[in-house]
Amino acid sequence: MATAAQNSLKLLGRSPWSARFGMLVILVYVVTAIGAPLIAPYGETEIVGIEYEPWNEVYPLGTDNLGRDMLSRIIYGARNTVGVAFATTMLAFLIGSIAGLLAATLRGWADQLLSRLVDVMMAIPPLVFALLILTIVGTNLINMILVIAVLDSTRVFRLTRAVAMNVVVMDFVEAARLRGEGLWWIMRREILPNISAPLAAEFGLRFCFVFLTISALSFLGLGLQPPTADWGSMVRDNATLISYGDITPVIPAAAIALLTVAINFVVDWFLHETSGLKE
Amino acid sequence: MGPILKMVAQRLALGLLTLFAVSLIIFLSVEMLPGDITEAILGQGATPETVAAFRRELGLDVPAHLRYLAWLGDIAQGDLGRSLASKRDIAELIGGRLMNTLFLASFAAIIAVPLAVTLGLLSALYRNSWFDRGINLVTLSSISFPEFFIAYALIFLFAVQWDWFPSIVNVNSDTPFWERVYRCILPAVTLTLVTTAHMMRMTRAAIINLMASPYIEMADLKGLTRLRIIVRHALPNALSPIINVIAINLAYLVVGVVLVEVVFVYPGLGQLMIDSVSKRDIPVVQAACLIFAVTYILLNLLADILSILSNPRLLHPR
Amino acid sequence: MTTRDELSLLRSMGQIDRRGLIKGAAALGAVGAAEKMFGGSAFAATPKKGGALKVAIGAGSTSDTFDPATFTDSYMQFVGFGCMRNCLTEIDNTGKLVGELAESWAATPDAKTWTFNIRKGVTFHNGKTLTTEDVIDSINHHRGPDSKSPAKPLLAPITTLKADGNSVVLTLETGNADLPYLLSDYHIAIMPSKGDGTVDWQSGVGTGGYVVKKFEPGVRTYLERNANYWKAGRAHFDSIEVLSIVDVAARTNALTTGEIHLMDRCDLKTVHLLQRNKKINIFEVTGSQHYTFPMITTQAPFDNNDVRMALKLAVDREEMVKKVLRGHGMVGNDTPIAPSTSFYVELEQRTYDPEKAKFHLKKGGAEGLTIDLSAADAAFAGAVDAAVLYKEHAAKAGITINVVREPNDGYWSNVWMKKPWGACYWGGRPTADWMFSTAYEAGVAWNDTFWDNKKFNQLLVEARVELDEAKRTELYKEMQLIVRDEGGVVVPMFANYVGASSDDLAHDKMAGNWDLDGMKASERWWFA
Repeated sequence: MATAAQNSLKLLGRSPWSARFGMLVILVYVVTAIGAPLIAPYGETEIVGIEYEPWNEVYPLGTDNLGRDMLSRIIYGARNTVGVAFATTMLAFLIGSIAGLLAATLRGWADQLLSRLVDVMMAIPPLVFALLILTIVGTNLINMILVIAVLDSTRVFRLTRAVAMNVVVMDFVEAARLRGEGLWWIMRREILPNISAPLAAEFGLRFCFVFLTISALSFLGLGLQPPTADWGSMVRDNATLISYGDITPVIPAAAIALLTVAINFVVDWFLHETSGLKE
Repeated sequence: MGPILKMVAQRLALGLLTLFAVSLIIFLSVEMLPGDITEAILGQGATPETVAAFRRELGLDVPAHLRYLAWLGDIAQGDLGRSLASKRDIAELIGGRLMNTLFLASFAAIIAVPLAVTLGLLSALYRNSWFDRGINLVTLSSISFPEFFIAYALIFLFAVQWDWFPSIVNVNSDTPFWERVYRCILPAVTLTLVTTAHMMRMTRAAIINLMASPYIEMADLKGLTRLRIIVRHALPNALSPIINVIAINLAYLVVGVVLVEVVFVYPGLGQLMIDSVSKRDIPVVQAACLIFAVTYILLNLLADILSILSNPRLLHPR
Repeated sequence: MTTRDELSLLRSMGQIDRRGLIKGAAALGAVGAAEKMFGGSAFAATPKKGGALKVAIGAGSTSDTFDPATFTDSYMQFVGFGCMRNCLTEIDNTGKLVGELAESWAATPDAKTWTFNIRKGVTFHNGKTLTTEDVIDSINHHRGPDSKSPAKPLLAPITTLKADGNSVVLTLETGNADLPYLLSDYHIAIMPSKGDGTVDWQSGVGTGGYVVKKFEPGVRTYLERNANYWKAGRAHFDSIEVLSIVDVAARTNALTTGEIHLMDRCDLKTVHLLQRNKKINIFEVTGSQHYTFPMITTQAPFDNNDVRMALKLAVDREEMVKKVLRGHGMVGNDTPIAPSTSFYVELEQRTYDPEKAKFHLKKGGAEGLTIDLSAADAAFAGAVDAAVLYKEHAAKAGITINVVREPNDGYWSNVWMKKPWGACYWGGRPTADWMFSTAYEAGVAWNDTFWDNKKFNQLLVEARVELDEAKRTELYKEMQLIVRDEGGVVVPMFANYVGASSDDLAHDKMAGNWDLDGMKASERWWFA
């Protein structure tokens, strides 16, 4: 146990500045998300002043169109947005990678069935698909997470299956099979560790696409339920201000961008570590 | 070439099956949407009486499965049918819009694909340098902003502030080609910014992934320059994943640009589709979805063929 | 002192408005509008001819057709009603009812039989001369069992419709003094008859100031001036291009970059920023457009008038006007009758009073009330924000409101009149009777509160045929009181029509019955 911790510390010590920066940013976001009620100066939905107050000491980032404190909304937004994006991406990877691994390991009709199903789903434009399903089942948080996760899982499935196909034919998998190991064991212990690098790379981008999907849906009037603060809808709500050079809508968008960059810096480092390159 | 032809035939057959499934799913979901076209068109003006009259007029009093079968019969003969809402011939309705969509998609692709691949190669070549980090920072940020936001920002800078380009596209069938190109620059740049990061990062990752292979090390030991190693030895072997991600992004350019169309007032297929969904105009939604599905299937097929051609090992599988 | 003879004489003179119809209507507001202008005056003395106008409308869809029975949004209203066609009557820019394709009209004293004299020498775009047959078939287009027109209920009281020389005679089941007003409705456009009792709406041929040359539904319409237009001093532009630009930011950008000259529905969030642009005029009209929160009064807890009263008291209208409309409007008083509507009576303004709301909750036995409020921006721009504000206001009165954001898509068919409490808007009607009998009379199709008040219904029918002006005012006052205190609707605000144009466009006083100068900017405006 102690050596594992030591090893990771040593690994951390060797990490490049970009990865350290990435981890720091992620840490700040996580702390903000968890401690939102403690950090935010005002409540999430509380109307504290008049609308569109400029930046001042009382409201560091001004107020929004209803007179709610922008800074508090951004802080609470971290909780809702990062939480939703994390839950959605995890779910998408859970569904997508298990299905992908099953398809690659079982081959035959299971592979055919899953692949064709995914083909059909991917052939339908995702935004339209989401629009249709959400209009039918209604837009609450759970439905939103489920729909985006299922849509995203098709992409994860494709990737997992493609990479796993190359691993399945390797001798050590064959050996495990001959040893009589179970399907689950083979998938988890033999294949998964060997495909984790591309999956991690995909995770970094997928995570950010969830914000974009939420934002796009709120453009079509299907976002999260108000008055919940989430960055995707906040960008949308204030986007028209950019036409006059007002940078208010940039803040939530920049918050998303910063997190995306941070996550991908960490992912890059991970890729580098697993690629076996020395430099 | 034999196995490829066989694969193409097989995939096309499967493609037809996929199209059938897509049409069934779309039909069912639009049917399941609350409200129908009569209520959607009459809006606040819908009363039970007017809705009933309108339904009779459109033939919506016929059960759903019969309507689907009738539609299927028509489509088998190549007839896309008529729009329920405007009674216009769908082939004609969609034709112009499809050309617009393809025009914008090709325009964006011509800029984005070479740019992404070049940047990907360069950042793999100079990996972990300031250049690499810088490129990654810029491209990653650009995909983190919602596309409508990027569009607004570009309009603010290039149309409102500097007046270089028009803020809305506003083209029609009579617009001359170069005029059209000029008016489409801002949407094309928006789409380039949105798609480049994904392709560029995949190019970079695919090449770096190969850099530890023994044959690359061998080439390195032979004293070849890094550029030569990457272009001559790594790239050919990394082509398959790169082609795949390009195909996905090309499909996105055709299928997923609804919001860019809305912001630039560009009469493309995406807007028609969203419009038709909200009006519950099933035949139009069906036709648009089929076009999207065909695009997706063909691009995928093309990507697979190219991957196989680029990698002889896949051409002769064990 | 009004005698019946005098009245019918006045009516037969044609061009009479409500004031003339009910003589000496001193207390009546004109069906007009208060108008505000920013950024330089656009008033100019004499209209000039010429120029190619480009307009962007924040509506429109690929499913649009030329059939006026399917017109629902402002895009086809502007193209169909504003450019292509005419109606029998018109509400002019001062709010006065004038004849359009009807030169004059007269009614019997019981307001049951109406005779409209059709204007002579008017030709359609295809050269055909306007006849009584065209008028009758155009009206019949909205009647009958197969009609899907929203104008159907308006025309339902008509029992017979026949030609008499150059006149069209309509007989009503029950008298209605407001009939000439109803015929100015944008659906009831006059189109050429096909000769078999149906009309030709497909070609888009009308008698209006502009002829359609190109129509791409949901994208653009291109029209050229009708060289033979019968109205003198109207339709000044050589051509008009009407673009459908639904996204408000895109519409505004198109105006600031000079791609278009005129747009409707400014983004209220940013209109103060747009105002800084010296080359742009913002125009604003207070009409009768109002935003509402109707409750289904047949369902608990809204069947309890104390609950309804508590909710009416638990909203801060001032703040709503300030934040949702950004000041571009006025507070409502829980009746749909605007100051510009006929028979408006000033009642004591209801104000935000959480304590009194609590009192009503207690009285109605509904303390700790928790309810859902459905909203979508499809109901009106800012509806979701308004609902969120309502939630915050009501919380102070001990009412918990859960704001439910519904999809824009299908809002009118799935939420409005289906969910117990939601957001809604009304364009407003020029007369009190028209408004009340559209949405407040028991059993009518758009009674979105399912409200059935015996006293109110009785008064409404009484007022419709009452010719004594003082008595009629009294009746409408009583009705407004009943709606305010017992109705199922919260009317927090009246919204102005706010649009913008480039500074080279000029116009006269603007109408308030619809946006864009009563949707007639096409024929009333010109390039200075």
